[in-house]
Amino acid sequence: MIVFLIYVAIFVASYFLVKFVVQKTTNDFTSLKTVTFGDESAVKPDRMASVISIATIFLLWGAFTGSNLVPSFLHAPGPFMGDASFTYTATADGQEPDDATVLVRVFEVGTDVETPEVEPGDGWAKNDAETVGAWRSGLIRVDKNDEFGRKEGHTVTAVNGQAIAPGESVETEYGRVGMSPKGTLNFEPAKGWQMEPIWLPSPEAVAARFVDIAQNGYRGSSLWAHLGISLQRVILGFFFGALVGIPLGYAMGLSGWFRGWFDPIVEFMRPVPPLALIPLVIIWAGIGETGKVILLFLAALWIMAIAARAGVSGVAISKVHAAYSLGASKAQIMRHVIVPNSLPEIFTGARVAMGVCWGTVVAAELVAAEQGAGMMIMVASKFQLTDIVIMGIILIGIIGFGIDILMRLAEKALVPWKGKI
Amino acid sequence: MSGLSIENLSMRFDLPNGSSVQALKDVSLQLAEGELLSVLGPSGCGKTTLLNIAAGFLAPTGGAIRMNGHEVHGPDAERGMVFQRGALFEWMSVRENVSFGPRMAGQRESQYGEEVDHLLEIVGLQDFKEKAIYELSGGMQQRVALARCLANHPDVILMDEPLGALDALTREKMQSLVLKLWKETGKTIILITHSVEEALLLGERLLVMAPRPGRIHREYRLPFADLGVGQDLREVKKHPEFAEKREEILSMIWDMEEEIMGRTEESA
Repeated sequence: MIVFLIYVAIFVASYFLVKFVVQKTTNDFTSLKTVTFGDESAVKPDRMASVISIATIFLLWGAFTGSNLVPSFLHAPGPFMGDASFTYTATADGQEPDDATVLVRVFEVGTDVETPEVEPGDGWAKNDAETVGAWRSGLIRVDKNDEFGRKEGHTVTAVNGQAIAPGESVETEYGRVGMSPKGTLNFEPAKGWQMEPIWLPSPEAVAARFVDIAQNGYRGSSLWAHLGISLQRVILGFFFGALVGIPLGYAMGLSGWFRGWFDPIVEFMRPVPPLALIPLVIIWAGIGETGKVILLFLAALWIMAIAARAGVSGVAISKVHAAYSLGASKAQIMRHVIVPNSLPEIFTGARVAMGVCWGTVVAAELVAAEQGAGMMIMVASKFQLTDIVIMGIILIGIIGFGIDILMRLAEKALVPWKGKI
Repeated sequence: MSGLSIENLSMRFDLPNGSSVQALKDVSLQLAEGELLSVLGPSGCGKTTLLNIAAGFLAPTGGAIRMNGHEVHGPDAERGMVFQRGALFEWMSVRENVSFGPRMAGQRESQYGEEVDHLLEIVGLQDFKEKAIYELSGGMQQRVALARCLANHPDVILMDEPLGALDALTREKMQSLVLKLWKETGKTIILITHSVEEALLLGERLLVMAPRPGRIHREYRLPFADLGVGQDLREVKKHPEFAEKREEILSMIWDMEEEIMGRTEESA
């Protein structure tokens, strides 16, 4: 909630900052338009906003994970670390109430810690020392070194002078001291606002993990092998899907028999999400490469068939008539009119299919795989290796984005007339 | 015999609801080689149907079309088509569009190259040869369509409102170009149009068709096409007979339109 409010605040503040501090210097045609609200063509992405947007995400990520990349005055309050102390008041059968101090050393989980030495102090209740990891909590058996233990009716009645009973708790400046139903104290050091690394690691931890895995691999395969195998599955599945789907779509666009025959199948299979086929494909083909490629083939097939069919249906009849009148044969019309005319539709379909295939392969690897980007993050999540999970998600996003950009470039080069007719 | 002959052509479309539309009824027409015939008529008189049958895209339900003595069964390179909107191939350059016919016939660049360049020059596109179709204006696209048709050496050119989508000024220029091409190549041309002026200016013969059923209402022989070759067409329009004919045909078509309206109102 806090994070969201800060995010909104940065959004609004940077808007006004950019609008008023950085004066508009652009002098293009759009700047002369008086009506821009409602004119879609006048809405261009503000590059400054994009830069600030990315920076904001990293800033918030860094600030709430205590990253070294973000200056420390911008850090959100971190968890308490160091020596905390509180006093307790105990009673025992036939004894006067006595006070003692508990020293708790709060350490960063994963580092070595020594229990601090403390003087026993006066009275029958002795001072205690304990260690608790940051973001964790720990039971503190204050009675174990006291002169009168539980058998003698040892009961803690107050913490820092505030009365406490089983099930209640007392807030101290270092954190919360609670009492279990059986009367044992537990100490939960203040967590601050930062995220614990097992929930969200800092950016440099993710980057370090990336370098580590890039050099040493993960689970017996190099990072590039994991990503490469995922990409290879996508390309193979898409290739076979297009190889079968495009001719099928053409046949459906050109012949009533083909269309009648395949329409029910295509229209039925199209709305079935490829993810729903994973269990069946695993039953049939196992979790190996064949199963993955079959799944992606099925994901791409219907999309490509429908795109090719739409491409054929979209050819203006006057173009076909013109070609016939110019003496072209059926084969020539196919080659020189129908196929090129359907290319824009096929490219649109290919972009969609590649996106769906990439999403499907990751999901399929999440379910079962020996290698792959999805398998990497799935296995990492089982060991709470959140840095690998986040690294994997970022890499999957970058590759998906890269695929789309490549497809767009290919489209621009191969069908320059798209959208200009 | 050479030329195009249309004999007792009828066309009836059966509608799914059981009724039928008589698009053409007993249309007969002889077109000698090198004639330019313009066809006018209110909407629904079957002029486009007539052209589609002549091109071979539709088979008539009665009668026949003969081209150079043999009956027409389907489209053929001997009958070229020019459509209202170019129907050009966007994936080819201007020059590739114009050379489409010869290339499909298996000719080599050495065989058609010179002529294609010459045609591009005639239609004034020599500087746009390698441009993409979408880079051209509407008028230029129509000129590509004309050149593409001529490069294929058809005996008859069928034009379906080829200038209908152009602005008035471009249209006038294109009318001169059509006349020039007609005179230079001596092709037989059938031109369908909505514009009475255009029909008068370009048609050596002018056919006024009537609707329901589509039939030939009246035929004229006109001197304006010959007068207009190489001339400023605005001068031709000042000819007293031109104005007279225009009024006559306009009121003829108006009467037909009113009759249709009246009939629709009666049935309504």
